[in-house]
Parts: sequence; C-alpha cells; structure tokens
Amino acid sequence: MDNLLSIITFIPAIAAAILALFLRGNDPAAQKNAKWLAMIATGATFVVSLFLIAQFEPSNTDFQFVEERSWMMGLSYKMGVDGISILFVMLTTFLMPLVIWSAWNVNVRVKEYMIAFLLLETLMLGVFCALDLVLFYLFFEAGLIPMFLIIGIWGGANRIYAAFKFFLYTFLGSVLMLVAMIAMYVDAGTTDIALLLKHEFSSGGMSLFGMQIVGGLQTLLFLAFFASFAVKMPMWPVHTWLPDAHVQAPTAGSVVLAAVLLKMGGYGFLRFSLPMFPVGSDVMAPLVLWMSAIAIVYTSLVAMAQEDMKKLIAYSSVAHMGYVTMGIFAANQQGIDGAIFQMISHGFVSGALFLIVGVIYDRMHTREIDAYGGLVNRMPAYALIFMFFTMANVGLPGTSGFVGEFLTLMGIFQVNTWVAVVATTGLILSACYALWLYRRVMLGDLIKESLKTITDMSRRERAIFAPLVVMTLLLGVYPALVTDLIGPSVEALVGNYETALAEHAPDAAVTAAETGDH
Amino acid sequence: METIILFAPLVGAILCGFGWRIVGEKAGMVIATGLLFLSALLSWIVFLSFDGHMEQIQILRWIESGTLATDWAIRVDRLTAIMLIVVTTVSSLVHLYSFGYMAHDNHFREGESYRPRFFAYLSFFTFTMLALVTSDNLLQMFFGWEGVGVASYLLIGFYIRKPSAGAAAMKAFIVNRVGDFGFALGIFGLFFLTDSVDFDVVFASAPELAETNVTFLWQQWNAANLIAFLLFVGAMGKSAQLFLHTWLPDAMEGPTPVSALIHAATMVTAGVFLVCRMSPLMEFAPSATTFIVYIGAFTAFFAATVGLVQNDIKRVIAYSTCSQLGYMFVAAGVGMYSAAMFHLLTHAFFKALLFLGAGSVIHGMHHEQDMRNYGALRQKMPMTFWAMMIGTLAITGVGIPLTYIGFAGFFSKDAIIESAYAAGTPAGMLGFWLLVIAAAMTSFYSWRLMFMTFFGQARGDKHTHEHAHESPMTMLIPLGVLSLGAIFAGMVWMSSFFGHTDEVAEFYAIPLAGEVHAEAGHGEVASEAEGHGDAAAEDHGAGAMAEGAHHAAFGGAPGDGALYFGPENTVLDDAHEVPTWVKLSPFIAMALGFVLAWVFYIRQPDAPRKLAENQPILYRFLLNKWYFDEIYDAIFVRPALKLGKFLWKKGDGTVIDGGVNGVAMGIIPFFTRLAGRAQSGYIFTYVAAMVLGIVVLVTWMSIAGGAQ
Repeated sequence: MDNLLSIITFIPAIAAAILALFLRGNDPAAQKNAKWLAMIATGATFVVSLFLIAQFEPSNTDFQFVEERSWMMGLSYKMGVDGISILFVMLTTFLMPLVIWSAWNVNVRVKEYMIAFLLLETLMLGVFCALDLVLFYLFFEAGLIPMFLIIGIWGGANRIYAAFKFFLYTFLGSVLMLVAMIAMYVDAGTTDIALLLKHEFSSGGMSLFGMQIVGGLQTLLFLAFFASFAVKMPMWPVHTWLPDAHVQAPTAGSVVLAAVLLKMGGYGFLRFSLPMFPVGSDVMAPLVLWMSAIAIVYTSLVAMAQEDMKKLIAYSSVAHMGYVTMGIFAANQQGIDGAIFQMISHGFVSGALFLIVGVIYDRMHTREIDAYGGLVNRMPAYALIFMFFTMANVGLPGTSGFVGEFLTLMGIFQVNTWVAVVATTGLILSACYALWLYRRVMLGDLIKESLKTITDMSRRERAIFAPLVVMTLLLGVYPALVTDLIGPSVEALVGNYETALAEHAPDAAVTAAETGDH
Repeated sequence: METIILFAPLVGAILCGFGWRIVGEKAGMVIATGLLFLSALLSWIVFLSFDGHMEQIQILRWIESGTLATDWAIRVDRLTAIMLIVVTTVSSLVHLYSFGYMAHDNHFREGESYRPRFFAYLSFFTFTMLALVTSDNLLQMFFGWEGVGVASYLLIGFYIRKPSAGAAAMKAFIVNRVGDFGFALGIFGLFFLTDSVDFDVVFASAPELAETNVTFLWQQWNAANLIAFLLFVGAMGKSAQLFLHTWLPDAMEGPTPVSALIHAATMVTAGVFLVCRMSPLMEFAPSATTFIVYIGAFTAFFAATVGLVQNDIKRVIAYSTCSQLGYMFVAAGVGMYSAAMFHLLTHAFFKALLFLGAGSVIHGMHHEQDMRNYGALRQKMPMTFWAMMIGTLAITGVGIPLTYIGFAGFFSKDAIIESAYAAGTPAGMLGFWLLVIAAAMTSFYSWRLMFMTFFGQARGDKHTHEHAHESPMTMLIPLGVLSLGAIFAGMVWMSSFFGHTDEVAEFYAIPLAGEVHAEAGHGEVASEAEGHGDAAAEDHGAGAMAEGAHHAAFGGAPGDGALYFGPENTVLDDAHEVPTWVKLSPFIAMALGFVLAWVFYIRQPDAPRKLAENQPILYRFLLNKWYFDEIYDAIFVRPALKLGKFLWKKGDGTVIDGGVNGVAMGIIPFFTRLAGRAQSGYIFTYVAAMVLGIVVLVTWMSIAGGAQ
C-alpha cells in the first residue's frame, strides 16, 4: 500500500465520476442511489484512512507515505503527510460521511449535490496531502469551485451574492499566493514542498519602491501567502464573506465550510508561512497577533448582536479561528499544539452547531432567532445536544473546545501578555453570545403557535450527532490522542523556527527582542 | 477508595440521567442517591482515618504539550479530606431531601419527568465539585471550577419555563466566567513562571516567585503578588465576593435544595478552598492577601446590610451566605487559613440547614417565598421550626463566651474575628470592625427571619396558611442530621482547626519548626527546599526554644503540609492572646442584633415600616442592593450589546464591506469605462488584468532574482 494517500484522496472523485457518467434520471430511486453511493464512497474513504493513522509513526517528523510521480509538463505529483497534516486528513474523512448523511433529505438535483461534495472531499484531502507547490495550489483553488456551486445552486434566497462574495474574496487572496509561489520556484528552483522547507529564503533587508522592508524576500513572500490564508481562515478584517456564505449555504455546505475549508488557512500557515519564512513570520507576528486578538473580541461582540442563528455561529467561528492564528504565531509548542487542537476541535464543534441549526431549519424554514423560543418543551433530546455543543463552544474543560483555547492562550501568554489578556476576554464573551442564543431559542415556555407541533430529532439526526459527541468528549478528556500525534512534528517545527531566527541574527535578534519588549 | 468517592456521583448522574427510561424514575433517583451515600460514607472513613500524609493517585494523562504535562489525578490531604466530607455529606442529604421537595412541582406539567433530570444534575454537580477539591494541579481544578459552574447553570435554570430562571442561570455563568478570566490568567502566569501547573512544583517555587518580577501588561509586578491576585479574582467570582457577587442572589431562582447544596455549602466555598489550597503562594504575596482582607471584609459588611431589608426568605439567606464567605476570606487573607476552613465546615452545616429549613417552609406554604406572607408557622411546622432555630443559633454564634461550649458558628466566627484583630495590620483592624458590625447585622436579619416566619400573626393568603403543613420525613431527616452538625461541629473540631499550634499542625500534617530535619527525608520537595526550611527552622527553632515548648511554631517548606504558614505568620498564637473585649465583641454584637430584631418584629411590629418611611433613601438603597445590577447593566451589558450592533452594522457593513464594495464598484466600472473607450467591454478588462499580472510577475521575478 505505497499509494495509500492517493487511494484515500481519489476514492471520492472516482465515485463522483461514476455518478456523473452512469447515473441517469431524477426519480426517487436514482436519488437514493446517488446518496447511497456517496455514503459508501465517503465511508470507504474513512475506513481506508484508518489504515493511514494506524501505520503512522508519530515520532518520525519527516513526511510519511510519500508518493512521487512525474506528471505533465515536467511537474511532479508528490503526496505525503506528517504530524501536522495527518489529523486534517482524518478530520475530513471522519466528517464527510456525516455530512452526506445530514443531506439525506435533500431532493433538488441530488446527483449533482453528491458529486459536488465528493469532489470537494477529494480536493480538500489533496490540499492536506500535497507535497508539491503546484499540486497544492491546484487543490487549494479547485476546492473553491464545488463550494461555490454548493452555495450558488443549493443555497438560500441571497445565494448568488454570497457565492460571488465567497469566491472573489478567497480567489483574490490566492492570486497573490500564486505570484509568491512563482517567486519561490525562481528562488529555490523546485516546487517540492519537502525541499522548500529546507531551503532558506533570503531574509536580508531590501528596499522596494523606496520602502525599506525588514526581512526582505521572506517578508514579501509571507505577506503574499498571508493574503490568501488570512482570507481563508478568515481573519479580521477580511472575514465578512464568511457570515454571508454560511447563511446562504445549505446545512451540509456550512458544515464542510466551517469544519474543513477554514482549516486550510491554518494548515497553510503551518505548512508554508511559519517554517518557510521564519524571519518574515517573526517580523509580521505582532501584527498577526493583534489581528487575532481583535478578531476574538470584535467578532464575539458582533455575534451578540446577531438575529440569525447561522450568522451568530459563523461569527463565533471567526472568533475561534482567532485563537488558532494567535496560537500559530505565538510560535511555541503550546501555542501551535493548541492551534492544531483548536482546529480539529472546531471541526467537530462548529460542524455540530451548524447541523444543530439545520435540524430546526429543516422543520421551520427559518433561522431567525426570534422565530423560536421554548423548544426545550418539545425537543428534549435536541436540547441536550444543543446544550452539549454550546458548552463545547464556550470551551468548557472536559470538552475538546477547552484544550485548544487554553493551550493557545497559554502559548501567547509567554509571548505577549497584552494580547493574552485581550484574547482571554473571549472566555467571557463566548459565554455571553452562546448562552444567550441558547436561552432565546430553547428556554422559556413554548408560546409561538407555529412551534406547537415541532418534533424532536429523528433517529437519523441523533445518529449523526453521536460520533461528534463522542469525539468532542474523548478529545476533551484524553487530548493525548491528538497531542501525541502532533507533538513531535510541532516540536521539530518550533525547533527549526527558532534555529532559523537565531541564524538570522544579529539584526533579526534585535527585531525579535524589540517585538518581545512591546 | 478516593477514586470511588470521586466517580460514584458521576456514575449516579449517568445512570439516573439516561438510565431512568429503562429502570424507571424512582429507581434512577434511588441509584443516584445511594451512590452518593456510598461516597459520603467513604469520605467520612477517609477523613477520620486520615493520617496526615498526602496521597496522590494518578488516573489518566490529560493535557500535554511540550513542557506542560497535566494528569487527571487525585490528591488527598487534610484540605481535601475536609472538603470531601462537606461536599458528600451535604450532597447526599440534599439528594434525600429532594425526594420530598421535588415530589410535586407546579413549574412542571402533570406527567412530566423532571425529577431524574434534577437528580442527575445534582450528582453531576457533586462529581465536578469533588474533581475540584481532589485536583492535584490547577488545570484539573479549573475543570472542576468550570464544571460546577455548568452544573450551577443547569440547576439555577432548572425551571425551564420560567424566564427569570433562564436569565439568572445565564448571569451566574457569565459573572463566574469573569472570575475565571482572572483564574485562567493566573494559571497561564504560573506556567510561564514555573513551567508547571502541578501543586507540588508551584508550592516549591513559591519563595522564588516572591523574589521574581514579571512584566505583565504595562509594568513590572512581583510575581507572587500578581499570581495570587489573579487567582483570587477567580475566587471572587465563584465565592460571590463584592463586585462579582451579583449572580448569587439571582441564583435563588433555582429549586431550594440547589441553593442549599451549591449556593451555600459547597460551590460558593470553592473560592475559599482555592485561597487555602494556595496558602504556600499566598504567604509570599502580602499585597494580594491584604486585598483579600479588604474584599472579604467589605463583602461581609455590604451583604449583611442588604440582608437586613430583603423580604424573600431565600434572598435573605443568600445575602447571608455572601456575607459569611466574606468572613472566610478575611480569615484566609490574614493568614489564618485554618480558621477559614473551620468556618467553611461549620457554615456548610448551618447554612445548608437554614436553606433546607427555608425549603421546608416554602414547601409547606405552597411555594410562597415572601416572608411578609408568613407568620405564626411555629405550630404548623414544629420540626422545621426547631431545625431553623438551631441553624439561627449557629449562624449568629450563640455560645458561652470564654468557654468551649456553643453552637458551631460561635467557634468559627469568633476564631475569624480574633484572627483579624490579631493580624495587627490596618487591613486586619478594619476587617475586625467590619466583621463585628456584620455580626450584629447577621444576628438581626437571622432573627428577623425567624420572627417573621414563625412568630407573630399569620399574614398573607388565608387559604395557604390553613393548608400549611409539616414536611415529610425525607425532608426532616436531613434537617436533623445537619442540626447535629450545626450544634456539635464547633465543639468537636475547635482544637484541630483553631487550637494550639501543635494541634493544628498535627491536623494538617504541618511540620513544626523543630522537626524540619526529620521531615526532610520524606519527599523530594522537602529536600529540595531544605536550604530554605533550615533557615526557617533555625530562626524559629531558636525562637520556639526561648519561649518554651508551649509555643510551638509552624515550620517546614511550602507544600510540606496541607497548609503553609510562613515564618512570620504568628496569627494563630496571637489570636489566642487577644484582649478579652475582643473575644467578647462578637457575642455582644450578636446580643445587640437579637434585641433589636426582637424589638422590631415582636415588640413593635410596625417599627420597621416606620423606619423605612423615615429613611426612604437608605431603605431603597439597601432594598435595591446598592444598585449594583443597575450600574452593571448601564456600564457593561447595554454598552456591550450596542457596541456589538455598531461593529456589525458599521464595522462589518459600512467600513469593511462598504470599502471592498466601494473598491469593486468604483474601480472596476472605472476600468470598464476606460475599456469601453478604448475597446468594447469586458474582454478588454480581462486582457488588461492579464497584462497587469504579467508585469507584476516579471517585477517579482526580477526582484527575486536580484535577491539571490
């Protein structure tokens, strides 16, 4: 099984091709077949990915399961995973069957819907496995297309606006990244990520159009990548596409968007920005840290003012991603461990929260918070699940939400106490918006006439949440499941980062000391 | 055994919460209650057979990252053992009591199964509380800390249809989170400074922290003071101290057994426990402990003033709790951790008793809580009356001065007041006077409660009074057991908590000053800190020798015993030597309060109304709890909501989206117009973009090439 990664990555694509080529008609039977095929394909992907994690050696910090083939036009196809990427692969394969299952009631263009999700899975897995710049870029950009279609075709009333906003924001960022990638190729002479990681990009000061640029090429490359990843993340202030996209996207689309697509930004920072441009990262870190801290406070406050459930959760997502960027650019073991953990945990928790909104949206066809109230009277099981994930969302110890938040804050405290204090207020603010949402939707007497006949979750709906509950609890109680896997790779990453900064001395050491003082 | 104590309630919560559908409501509740009684039994065995040596049991690895390594672990020392009996005893009695109290509830409809949920929450709360008190590191403590917060949230909001309950639950959680904000920062700081969050390591490095300065925000701080202060902010939230107290009175929206368990006996004392647990650090943080004394003293005073005028029976007791917690913090702040723990223990008994007694009254009066509608209930509920009477005697501190005979509160409250005086610091003196005044007010409002409820004329709805009845045995038995505690806890444990130095030292396994060398062999921590211990030992060994064997002094290094007393901390000795008028002062205050209450509510029942009419401003100021809620609403809640709306509409909408759209709508049509002039339409735009792109690319390549 030396091409395990390719198998995992392309099973969904093959299933999509089968659907596209062989499935005819739009009758209920055909729809059912499409759903089942998608289910089987994503399920199989997950099962195969279990072999991946079983054979993965955490202590080996090099890339594993590496496949390399020459491809068209002198480009090479190279895949591999290390401790940083493997969990994103697992997260994707774990969630996709649940996503497909959650879309079981869709009856508009079912075949195409399933094809879009299957393709999306392949492309997302490709992003996390690719070890070649060009390949990475292809997967990264192509992933936009199915998501664009999912929002644009199966979305809500204002879907066209949201789809274009999503596409333009994320695409414009990527253009700069493409330019940077070309520059990297010119500088290093290779597009192999493993080699690029060992390449030292010039970090001597340079001047551009009369401006002095500290960190030189590294800073410029960093900024170009940053434009792309920051939008993807999304970081404040380029986050505004996300609430619109979430609100308009169908439930399954929102889940994938929040749970996996956003993580591409964080993964990008860890795969490219931090290890390849350490000096650039160091120069820009104060800015990024402050953007993160502002994101946490700003979007939490904005979340409090929301009247639409999905928007509220979308803003909460932005706040949680603030912890991730903050942890990454704290650039120490706790910060980065925490950032990865937060991303994985957020995948389960925010995915579940969007599913939770989906449950009542399917029944009442509105996401307006004011349209609900007192649901606990008729939906006890739903109330329990909602409460559980609300608590996970506010980072209750014992749930996975806590570990990531806490570690990132612990990491940042060692670097900058101002940022740490501002970010820690997120602890309070998240409780405010999350509990208020819960109270407005769930608690009180059920007085609205329209809700009098609402039904509790069906067996299928409960079954979808079960694995998410288990994972959230398991990671919260025994986080070593994650930290053991990522620990050595993160340690190596931090080690290399610090060595690179030390080598860059003396003038980088001076800037580092200066930024440390602030 | 400790593992069983800890996990039995969790198992009970799960079995009762999810399993009742299979085994039935009643069986679920019985299982949860039975497991708690098991827990309580084992706790008493641990407490009574405890030999003083700290025991650590590792259960599972928890958060690990780089040098951070935390475990799920149990730490049993004297502090833990005290908390174990407090938590499990009150909790098991409250479980039993709830069989009666929750039997019928108008908040729920006929046939609704709310009871298993209630019992599951209670058991879950107990589990998290036990996790808090048995923790071996600050992170697990934080788990328990937040866990009890959630349990409290669920139980305050237990009446899901009642809007005020939902609001109160949310408020409790959020205000607690404000405290947790400080607690979390304290943990980050400790990890930053000591590279660990384990108690052993933290304690051992406490002397070093006292010598360290750390940059935090805008300036340099003494590390020990900073950390102690941040941790105390957490304690302020959980223990409802001044400025973060507003949630506690509102928490009375929950069912009364909850108030007794969580908001009187256990959860709210977690802050006191934290300060005592961190005594090795607190001893090196003089500024922080001074702050603790001030906050504690002002809370005791403030809450007592508000308690004077409340009419809701539960709110009176809630403010009383708030006030008593202030007492405990004063004790901890002046360095008498042992007295703080003593009051924590006795308070748990008599305050739970008072709450459960109040619950019995409320139950008998068909959920009427306004004391203005009570009166003359003595005959209708004799057992409840006597239980409440014992509770009142205990909280007001009735006893025979200068002897060892009295109710529980007599000993522990006096111990605190004497310690505050003995501290000899300005903060201590202020604390002493405020506490004595508060003692008078405590006596006044407690007797006021008794008189309004059980004496005088029956007021309010006649029908309710006619049907007022004594509570069932399931509710009276817990009252009886707690009454025993309220009577005897003080007399039994006085010498262990507040006796001579050697007695207290033995109780907490604190080495005496002369014994350090013998102790040093026991553990690595001790030997590591030997240098320090030696110095202390020699200093004090000499002092102790000179003063004779009677004046043994505490010794050992931080972390050696369950509590740590610094070499300069002689409050315990001094407290026994205070002038007689100081020892008598709480008794006099108590008598004064009683007489006033008697005059106001028995002798001249219309005096309170007249006084309120004469002093309308003061009365309304107190009735409205010093307007804290209104002020917070005006400066925090509403501005936050407004700011959120503003950032959303203006920040996200106008500035960010408006900016981006402006660029898109402004520039692209501009280019299009340009394009339209030159050629026709969109194709050209793309071409222009491509050309532009190529230019940028070439520039980049040349720059990159230049850099090589």
